[in-house]
Order: sequence, then structure tokens, then C-alpha cells
Amino acid sequence: MTAISLPRALPAGRTLGAAILAIVAVFALLGPVFVPGDPFAQSLMKSLAGPEPAAPFGYDHLGRSLWHRLAHALRLSPLIALAAVATAGAAGLVLGTLAALRGGWTERALVVLADALLALPGLLLVLIVLAIMPGTATGFWAGLSLVLWVEFFRLTRATARATLASPAAQAGRLLGFGWPYIFRTHLWPEIAPLMLTAAAFGTATAIMGIAALGFVSVGMRAPTPELGLMMVELLPYWREAPMALLTPVLATFALLLGLTLLAGGHRT
Amino acid sequence: MTILVSRLVQALVVALLVGAATFAMMRSLPGDAAWRIAAGRYGYDNVNAAAAEAVRAELGLDGPWLGAFLQWMGDLFRLDFGVSLVSGQPVIAEIGHQLGASLWLALAAVGLSLVIGPPLGILAGLRPGSLFDRTLLVVSTALKAVPQFLMALILILVLSVQLGWLPAAGYGQPRHFILPAFALALGLAAVNARIARDAMAGVVAMPFYDFAQWKGLSRAQVLWRHGLRNVSVPLLTYLGLQFVLLVEGVVVIESIVGWPGIGHALVHAVFARDVPMVQGTALMLGLGFVMVNALIDLLAARIDPRGAR
Repeated sequence: MTAISLPRALPAGRTLGAAILAIVAVFALLGPVFVPGDPFAQSLMKSLAGPEPAAPFGYDHLGRSLWHRLAHALRLSPLIALAAVATAGAAGLVLGTLAALRGGWTERALVVLADALLALPGLLLVLIVLAIMPGTATGFWAGLSLVLWVEFFRLTRATARATLASPAAQAGRLLGFGWPYIFRTHLWPEIAPLMLTAAAFGTATAIMGIAALGFVSVGMRAPTPELGLMMVELLPYWREAPMALLTPVLATFALLLGLTLLAGGHRT
Repeated sequence: MTILVSRLVQALVVALLVGAATFAMMRSLPGDAAWRIAAGRYGYDNVNAAAAEAVRAELGLDGPWLGAFLQWMGDLFRLDFGVSLVSGQPVIAEIGHQLGASLWLALAAVGLSLVIGPPLGILAGLRPGSLFDRTLLVVSTALKAVPQFLMALILILVLSVQLGWLPAAGYGQPRHFILPAFALALGLAAVNARIARDAMAGVVAMPFYDFAQWKGLSRAQVLWRHGLRNVSVPLLTYLGLQFVLLVEGVVVIESIVGWPGIGHALVHAVFARDVPMVQGTALMLGLGFVMVNALIDLLAARIDPRGAR
């Protein structure tokens, strides 16, 4: 069986993905430290000007440094995405374990709820939550958490059911160990690697969602530097300054490719 | 039969969720909904307090909470979606109008992805580990990392702006289909190809596949009779799950290329706080997912009767 499923993940794909993400993270965190500047400062004299020492990636249509805007954009969406994934992962873990432990109506109700959420497009839910919540960043966080917990819940529940029925976990119960112990020694080692993959996919989904809604002008508001928003702002100036548009495009691609590689292609 | 019952329950809960979410949206809108709706109707320059009050009285925007919710859900289950707050047209009519445009785009995208993805995946799965298999893995991994809106952006820049081959946006002629359908299809094809490849590699490794070749069938006959039927079930099931991905893509792509479909309408409705339209479109999309998956369950049971649950 090992021979046929050989190229499931790219050889050394996870390492490559982690390396790409590390480069992006270093740029986002340290870029503005090496080259100090303000992502909001405008200078129309420098509209769409090329790179210079104070702005290594050149300027956008309003003469704002792309280096600094990109660094801030690369902090914003990953931060929201990680917060949403952390919330969703915790909720999915707790509810999934609860469903597997309790069974009966608790499990049935949670499964029905998760299935129904699965039927609704994620971006639609995010849009509705954005309309309800005050503040775009918190709205994204809440909406994406609501969308992403389903995947963690399903993974946890499926794994927990199988593990709790295993002889090892049953024996642990019979020996009188409590649930925290069973969870730590039997469940968590099974679930943890799955959670890492799901978290990488979830982060990628969240970043894509934020960028997609930014791109169609219903996400983050200007002048916030955000990847999708930067693309749609720079799109009209494609002919004059193609590199200015390619900067956020390539950054988004690198970020998502890194996450996809890190996940390892083992979805479901 | 149990399949259909569980799908029916799913549809019911979807309707409940959509109803609750849109009710919450209606109630907790930041700002004055009456002003926004009036602005949506008459234009931002022509709104005054009188117009907003007229809208408020007409729509009953203030009143007790629970009664309004029950009435809201009652209307929902009688499939009475009301009228669009912005255009004043019945929501049903508006959706019926837009659904067609979206459906054609979605079908074109799925068809295109099925022409591109599975054949390549099956070819790779027939020789696992070959150069072609590895190349396909690299290409599909890279394609998966490109969100649909970015794909649309790249296609617009390359095909319309630089080469001038296709219109960047528009609707009505067959050539308007090509760009948005490709933008949606390439991402779907990347995943389709992986699913088909894994399924095919699994089937090729089975003893029955070797036996079919050994008893003298040609390669094409073996592939046709023993390969494709076994590959089609996981592919079909996955297609159902991809439906949500497709709908999400349709919502975004339609807004980019100005396609007069349900996704475009939804984004506009959310933006203008046109809650009845949001409710109608969301319900339509959610129930569409359940229906497509119910059909796929039935079809999969027909193709592979062993797995009947």
C-alpha cells in the first residue's frame, strides 16, 4: 500500500511550506523595523513611483509605501485568521469530544447543526455576521470562527468515537482513570496531528475569505492595508505600475502556498 | 430512505439557521435600518427624515421582539419571502431571475473542471509515482493555493488587458462565459484531479484489476469496465461537497465580472441591508446544496449498490 500512495504529499513539502511561512512572517514582523515608515502616510508627488531606499517596493497610487502597507497587511489577515482558527479549534475540540462522550441527543443535535452549517457557503455566513457585528476585524473573527469550527468538530468527533471504543481506552476507564486522563493519554495523541492539518487549512481558508471579500469591496475598509483591498485599489493602475499590483498578489500566493504545503494534502 | 430523511432534517435546520441569522441581522443592524433602506431606494442624496419614517412605518421596523420572530419564521416556512426592500419587487421573482444566470455559470464551471481534472488524474493514477504523476501533484498544489478571485484577476489581466482576447466583464454572449467559468473551474479541477488520481491508484492496485487484465481484456476495456465505475463514486461524492466551494466562488466571481446572478445580488443585498433578499438568496443556496447532495447520494447508491447505508 505504501508504494501506490507514494506522492500524496510533496516530498519535503511540509518543510518547504514552513520555510515559506517563516520568510513571510519575518518580513511582516521585521520589515518595518529594518526600513522604518508609515503605511498610511501619503505623498501624491510619489504616486506609483518606483522603489527607493525608504520604500523598497515602491509606492501605490496615493504615494503610500508598499513595503509598509504589505507588512501591515501580512500581519492583519494572518492575525485574524489565527484568532479565528484558535477559537474554532477549541470549540470544535470541546464539542466534538462532548458529542463522542455523551452520544444520544447531545451528539445528534450537534451533528445536525454542523451539517446545516456545512450546507451554507462560508463567505455568506461571514457576510451576515459582518453585517451584524460592529467592527470589521471582530466581525471577521466571529464569522470565520462560526464557519471553521465545523471541520474541527467533525474530525474530533470521528476520531474520539473510534478511540473511546478502543480496548486501550476502555481498559483505562475500567481501571478507574478519570476523563481528563483518558483525554490526555488516549485522545489527544490521536487528534493532535489531524488538528495541525485542519488548522493550516483553516488558516488558509480564512485568509482567502478575508482577501476575497476585500477584493469585492465588502470586507476591510480603506485605508486599512489588507491584501484583497490592496489588489483592487491597484488594479486600475496595472498598465502604469504592474509591479505595484503584483506585490500583494505574490505575497498572498506565497502565504497560501506555504499553508497548503504545511497542511500536507491530507484533507479528510 | 434513511438518506432522504437525514437530508430532509438537514434542509429544515438550514432553513431555521437562515431565518434566525437574517432575523438577527434585521434586528441588530448598526445604524438605522430605515435610513439605509430609504437610501437604497431613493439614492443617498435624496434621503431625509420623512422618507426614513415612511419606510419605518411601512416595514414595521420597531415593535416587540418575539412576536416579530415568530411571524418572521412563519413567513419563511410558508415560503413567503416578502418584497425586496430596495427594488420593491417580490423576492421570489428577483431570485428566479438571477438563479438562471448563476446556474449556467456554475454548470459551465463544473463541466469544464470535469473535462480538465479527472482525465489528468486518471492518467496519473494509472502510473503512480511516474514523472507525470509528480508534475500533476506540483501543478495541482500550486493551483489549490490560488483563490478563485485571484485566478479571475490573473485571467483578466492576461487574457483581457494584455492579450485583448476576451471581454473582462459582461453578460449575454457565449464568450462572456469563458473567463469566469475558467476562473472557477481551474481550482475545482485541481482538487478533482487529486481525487480521481487517488481513487484510480487505489483501483489499479486491487487484485480484481490485475485479474481483468490477466484474463485477456484490453487496457481500454479494463479501464472502462473496472476502472472508471469505481473512480466515479468518490469523484461524485466529492463533487457534492465542492458545491459549497463553487457557490462561494460564484458569489465572488460574479461580483468581479459583473455577472447578474444570485451571488452578485447577495453581495449587493448585504451591502444595502436588503434583509429579505439576503434571506431568500441564502435559503436558496443552502437548500440547493442539500438537494444536490441528496441527488448525489441517490446516484452514488445506484452506481455502487454495495455501500447502501
